[in-house]
Amino acid sequence: MSKIIKIKKGLDIPLQGEAEKILNTAPKSSAYCVCPPDFHSLTPKMLVKEGDKVQAGTPLFFDKYNEKILYTSPVSGIFTDLVRGEKRRILKLIIQADGGDDYVDFGIANPEDLSREQVTEKLLQSGLWPSIRQRPYSVVANPEQTPKAIFISAFDSSPLGADLDFILNGQEASFQTGLHALKKLTDGKIHLSVHAENTKAKGFLEAKGVSIHRFKGPHPAGNVGIQIHHIDPIDKGDIAWYVGVQHVITIGRLFEKGIYDASKIIALAGSEVLNPRYYRVIHGAKITDIVQKNIRVEEGLNHRFISGDVLSGTKVSEQDYLRFYDNMVTVIPEGDKPEVLGWMMPNFDKFSVSRSFPAFLMPWKKFRHNTNIRSGERPFVVTGVYEKVLPMEIMPMQLLKYIMINDIDMMEKLGIYEVAPEDFALCEYVCPSKIEIQETIREGLDVMLREFS
Amino acid sequence: MKPLINLVEKVKPHFEEGGRFEKLHRSFEAFETFLYVKGDVTHTGSHIRDAIDMKRTMVHVIIALIPVLLFGIWNVGFQHFKATGQEVAFMDQVIFGLIKVLPIIIVSYASGLAVEFIFATARNHEVNEGFLVSGMLIPLVIPVTTPLWMVAVATIFAVIIGKEVFGGTGMNILNPALLARAFLFFAYPSYLSGEVWIETTLQEGQQLVDGFSGATAMAIMTAGEGTMPSDFDMFFGFIPGSIGETSTFAILLGAIILVATGIGSFKIMASVFLGGLAMGLLFNLFAVNDYMDMPAYRHLIMGGFAFGAVYMATDPVSASQTDMGKYIYGVLIGVITVLIRVVNPAYPEGMMLAILFMNVFAPLIDHYVVEANVKRRLKRMKKIRLETQA
Repeated sequence: MSKIIKIKKGLDIPLQGEAEKILNTAPKSSAYCVCPPDFHSLTPKMLVKEGDKVQAGTPLFFDKYNEKILYTSPVSGIFTDLVRGEKRRILKLIIQADGGDDYVDFGIANPEDLSREQVTEKLLQSGLWPSIRQRPYSVVANPEQTPKAIFISAFDSSPLGADLDFILNGQEASFQTGLHALKKLTDGKIHLSVHAENTKAKGFLEAKGVSIHRFKGPHPAGNVGIQIHHIDPIDKGDIAWYVGVQHVITIGRLFEKGIYDASKIIALAGSEVLNPRYYRVIHGAKITDIVQKNIRVEEGLNHRFISGDVLSGTKVSEQDYLRFYDNMVTVIPEGDKPEVLGWMMPNFDKFSVSRSFPAFLMPWKKFRHNTNIRSGERPFVVTGVYEKVLPMEIMPMQLLKYIMINDIDMMEKLGIYEVAPEDFALCEYVCPSKIEIQETIREGLDVMLREFS
Repeated sequence: MKPLINLVEKVKPHFEEGGRFEKLHRSFEAFETFLYVKGDVTHTGSHIRDAIDMKRTMVHVIIALIPVLLFGIWNVGFQHFKATGQEVAFMDQVIFGLIKVLPIIIVSYASGLAVEFIFATARNHEVNEGFLVSGMLIPLVIPVTTPLWMVAVATIFAVIIGKEVFGGTGMNILNPALLARAFLFFAYPSYLSGEVWIETTLQEGQQLVDGFSGATAMAIMTAGEGTMPSDFDMFFGFIPGSIGETSTFAILLGAIILVATGIGSFKIMASVFLGGLAMGLLFNLFAVNDYMDMPAYRHLIMGGFAFGAVYMATDPVSASQTDMGKYIYGVLIGVITVLIRVVNPAYPEGMMLAILFMNVFAPLIDHYVVEANVKRRLKRMKKIRLETQA
């Protein structure tokens, strides 16, 4: 077995409401949604009009700058609403489901018998291509390029993150088929990263055609960006692709059944969920259909619904929809109540990495963390805090400063190609100056993307 | 506490856009956020945030300053009555100290915060918490004999020239509190040369004891005459000196608080002490005079060495910001301090100048540390590339 890659820096935020390993099926939603903003830097060009009938797998829109990449409907029904935001930006495409199982037929095939072009074509047609993303820049992969390797993280270390072993259970064959399909897309290796102790599923440990890497340590050890950095880092000019485990399974099903089966298993977690569990849903499902009545109701308590994890998920409302890449829905309390002298009190109920709060005296305690930001934004003052939660050979504060002053040369030298906002999520969490770090990293990546494309 | 919040909420509209006191919006905000953590929630990025903020950080530095402050207050009284040869009760010493020290603290805070609020209003940014610490540090690094007007002038100078011209807390190059002291040192040298730092304004019926000199240990060593206080007195601080600098013991208590809470950088503190000790030992080796021959450890307990190492060098904004840089920065402060003390007779105390000097050089140190990181990254890339190809 390969040697264990030990991640020393990082942080596991102790939160209440971890999902119990019980699988329920969420009731079918009446409406599903595809959200173009899920795909960074995408400019959608519509292929359907409001009122059109669609099948699961019918293309809804394509990427203006890469016309081959199609985005398809997860369910069959009628495309009813196009929601636009500022500057007429397309935010949501709502599809009223007819409840039937009307799929576009893409044909059953064994990916091992297909050529690279045929696999690519199938993924593009079915709308599963966007599940493959690339580093650098953390955007949807370009089908015309060949990556040096494809990376898959088989464990989720984010706070309350879903247990991928549990999700894989019963879908091992589809996962393996998906791996075979992906294998066609690269001349290099497929790197599958597992947790050295917690990953038990044979589907991962005995997966064929991949190199397995064993990781150990706190979050963000499960982030694919951290894993790439330790396995085969991205230099200027390199391209690596990455795919989530559930999407590998969906790709597998595409080849096995010939359909775009958008169902997936998500964890419903967070301190405000009464019975945190796993649910089988279809991507784009309505949050309220997943959450149902399963949340704590208190006088004056507002909830924050998050599609994804608490560090880098998307803020959604209860009437909103599950996002494309997310494996979980988190519900935590909003922190919209003022706290008298809150910065001065001992605060036994608050978690902090700083030992100026008593949290470090209670390592067993799980916290009911709210969304209060606790201060206005300040310039960088305290040093040495980000370094403790970023397990990369990268100087976080210096990189951020060079992004802020738009120094492309230094951004490159300090490793902008290796990072993604989610890798810096913990830096943002611990920042005493409350600087919007993930957004800053995204801005830096966008500058590079514009510069080199 | 509900009525308090309600009251604040009630007057709030007057300070918001279109209100009567719209211009004082930032000042109001400062008081509001002092009273309570606002119910502001995250909108972008991480949905949850660590409970720490600037106020919490700064207030812990102030907590760490309490032992030094309390000891300093008592010592002011103790030194005064020692000079006059009077035997008085402990409380009388404390009360005398309070009468002398409190006005300095009040003047420092009032003048500094006034400048901060004016700049926050004029520039329309939030009032930064940085001065909460600077305002306490300034009184502790000057002798009690400094006239109040000088305290005010020095504080205003430090806040404007040291901080606000660069854009406020977080943007400054020099440590503002030390800049205040440096300002006094060069503008009014007769008050800060270390000759007489004990409050000796005599009242009727008082007189100085025979043979009273009042010189600090630094002045004695530099002049080469007078008797040095014992190590015990210097460590615990029963000696004349700036208000907060005398007791190494009290400073170490503060250091424990800073390091335990993780607010102060242990890397910097330890390396300053190490650098000073190493330089002292080096001088011992080549000793040609009394000062060079002085036991190296004494450098650490006399003058402002410990205070500078624990509270001044660790200011994260003006110090080196990289982990490796912090060691270099700290060691150099220690080395330069002892160098100035021993070699340059014009400046009995080297700590202040050494820190200010290194403040200026910190970005250069960081530059080289960053360059080293760039090189290391390149090397790492190459190495892994070779490995994966093999």
